[in-house]
Amino acid sequence: MPIETWLIFTLIIMIIGSIVAIELKNLLSAIIAIGIVGLGTSICFLFLQAPDLAIVQFLFEIFAIIILVRAFIKTEYHHMDRKSGRVAISIITVIILAGVLVLSLDMFEALPEFGEPTMETAKYYVENAHAARETHSANLVTSIILDYRAYDTLGEITVLFTAILGALTIIRIKSGSGKEEEDAE
Amino acid sequence: MIIYVLCFVLFLVGLYGVLTKRDLIKIILSLSIMEYSANLFLILFAYKKDAVFAILSKGENPVMVDPLPQALVLTSIVIELGITAMLVALAIRLYQKYNTFDITKIRRLSG
Amino acid sequence: MQNKGMTVIVKTITRFTVWVIILYGIYIILHGHLTPGGGFAGGVIIALAFLNIMLAYGRDFTSDWLKINLLHDLEATSAILFLIIGILGVAISGSFLANFLSKGKLFRLVSAGTIPILNIVIGIKVCVGLFVVVWSLALFHITKGGTE
Repeated sequence: MPIETWLIFTLIIMIIGSIVAIELKNLLSAIIAIGIVGLGTSICFLFLQAPDLAIVQFLFEIFAIIILVRAFIKTEYHHMDRKSGRVAISIITVIILAGVLVLSLDMFEALPEFGEPTMETAKYYVENAHAARETHSANLVTSIILDYRAYDTLGEITVLFTAILGALTIIRIKSGSGKEEEDAE
Repeated sequence: MIIYVLCFVLFLVGLYGVLTKRDLIKIILSLSIMEYSANLFLILFAYKKDAVFAILSKGENPVMVDPLPQALVLTSIVIELGITAMLVALAIRLYQKYNTFDITKIRRLSG
Repeated sequence: MQNKGMTVIVKTITRFTVWVIILYGIYIILHGHLTPGGGFAGGVIIALAFLNIMLAYGRDFTSDWLKINLLHDLEATSAILFLIIGILGVAISGSFLANFLSKGKLFRLVSAGTIPILNIVIGIKVCVGLFVVVWSLALFHITKGGTE
């Protein structure tokens, strides 16, 4: 079967999974159901011949689920009841978004065909294995992120560092039981 | 073309979750759905028919897929984890202060 | 997360498997320029191994074994190491983050200049950063009605 059939099948499963994940009332089930979307994109990356990305997406998705489950598992959670005014807002939002989808169908005609990328910049890297001969590394994606565009990787490390620092600072401000327990160690 | 439309539908499902849900955790989950669909959409542009992945093996020179969007999406996946970690820390702090996850109630109580 | 850890069976099996996981993570980091993977994937694998120890043995044992204060300093140090390699590139080759070491032959483990070194630095940074976040979330008790 061609690749497109598998991709359409996986995308339909992901859409159904995402609708289930945001409509479930039980919180733990919703967090686990988000795993359908994350692991589904990892499978799609494997179909699209990107093994580097499939490994990274799979691992980071599992870590995100671990952080979400750990942070919310201890709260005593009150269920929120539906108010009648929210149903009207939901229906209006669905109609507006469906209208956006129908109006943007023309835009998808202008994109290149699936399976025929333009590859104007990447011709330099791929033709005659030029990138491999310059940097002597067999993995082209690694040679792009760590040799040709290493400055972008520096920016990414900075963003990750700042986000983790921000998360640590928010948790530590006046957290009585947490801070005293750490000082006592 | 239908693959691009399905990926856009996934993005719109996430957008619906951000706009209409009252629960802070559902908003975080919907933001993650939007992020996954955006990364998938970029990689859909990089696929070449009957081509193999972008790693050389000894003595062969096949037709390869486009490696440039893959390098950029690698950055995006890592940043998305940082965003989720920071949002979870923020949500915990809000629960500790206001004792609820409902965003309509958080607006009305005073600090 | 509990302070005491889990049962004896879990502790015994973790004692063997956690080293295999760390070895696998180091393999993925070092072979980043030959096979798919690289610094980011290997860093997360080692962070998950440390998380395994924290779940199986409890928080007190892990904080003694891993020296938590050292981890906070290690995270900041690895960011500075990346910048030092970049500045060395300016000093030797004339442009920031240039590939200034000798490139070697294709398909060998020691090749491609600064690419394996940068992979190791990124691996350390991602591993330590993610573990510190989960550690702080584990210490934090969510209580109702304000801080306690």
